[in-house]
Amino acid sequence: MCHEGAAFVVFYLEVTMHIPDGYLSPQTFIPLYGVSAGFIGLALRKMKKELSHKQIPYLAMAAAFSFLIMMFNIPIPGGTSGHAVGGAIIAILLGPWVAVVALSVVLIIQALIFGDGGITAIGANCFNMAVVMPFVSYWTFRIIRGKEKAGLRTLAASFLAGYVGLSVAALFAGIEFGIQPIIAAGPDGRPLYAPYPLSVAVPAMAFQHMLLFSVIEGMVTAMLLKHFMKNEAELIYAMREDRD
Amino acid sequence: MTVFQKKLWIGLVVMAILSPLGIYLPRRFGAEDAWGEWGVETIRKMLGYVPEGMRRMADFWKAPVADYNFGGEGSAFSIQVLSYIISGLIGIAAGGVVLYALSRVLMKRKIR
Repeated sequence: MCHEGAAFVVFYLEVTMHIPDGYLSPQTFIPLYGVSAGFIGLALRKMKKELSHKQIPYLAMAAAFSFLIMMFNIPIPGGTSGHAVGGAIIAILLGPWVAVVALSVVLIIQALIFGDGGITAIGANCFNMAVVMPFVSYWTFRIIRGKEKAGLRTLAASFLAGYVGLSVAALFAGIEFGIQPIIAAGPDGRPLYAPYPLSVAVPAMAFQHMLLFSVIEGMVTAMLLKHFMKNEAELIYAMREDRD
Repeated sequence: MTVFQKKLWIGLVVMAILSPLGIYLPRRFGAEDAWGEWGVETIRKMLGYVPEGMRRMADFWKAPVADYNFGGEGSAFSIQVLSYIISGLIGIAAGGVVLYALSRVLMKRKIR
């Protein structure tokens, strides 16, 4: 039973990078709604000030790309599957604040129309994938790239932006699952929502992403950045001199 | 639209057409159980019970195209494949329309 339970948690937590309804307690999902709404509000203000005509055609493409890449479920043979998010490349090309808005729109559409991710969990899913991920990815890229113009270090920085960004997002999802048994148990001591403790949920979420899905996110990020550096270099927000 | 942008759009449509790989591969490698919703029954089997809050909230929302599948649970694989591609195209359209409208509003406010 114990072994079965562990196997189960590995497969069921995996795809729940899109957390469904019923896995998070109100004490968790309500504050996360607030945090995400705050970030989206700030992001819209920032966009109102900074959005350029050059960026507009790429906004819709960013949303489409993220939506589609999340449909590519990749199996780890024998049990689980997961996917990249596309958040890193969007944050590098259009800036983290634009990424917050584009990714949030995608996640809300996925929840409302396709039932991918819960309605109560929209705030949590936006926080993990549309807030944490773009900022972690963006700053990973900026810090590792340093002052290099456009060479191997920049490409390595873009790979790591994807790798670290998605892994940290998964870590946050794992923490949100893992704290449920602590903060929400019934009178009989049984968990009311996601039943597995931090010691199970965090490794399950983080390790599987670090093993495969984050690698894919990193490769996709580096590949696309290379194309943009060749074809549309002035667009790239994280490499512009006048940003911030 | 620039040539580069046109190429990117073509790439996105190709992605939508190839997207059924995202349901085929997990199935091919025996990871299909991971896909979709974990019914309350699956959870009962694994835990021996269903957490109370989970039972209450699991069916909170009835999505119009649940699991990117127009055919519903247990529909033929061909239907799932077709549904998946159409869902991808709906995703492109919906995301595009919302963000285009949003950027129009934001740009307009900026000029004033």
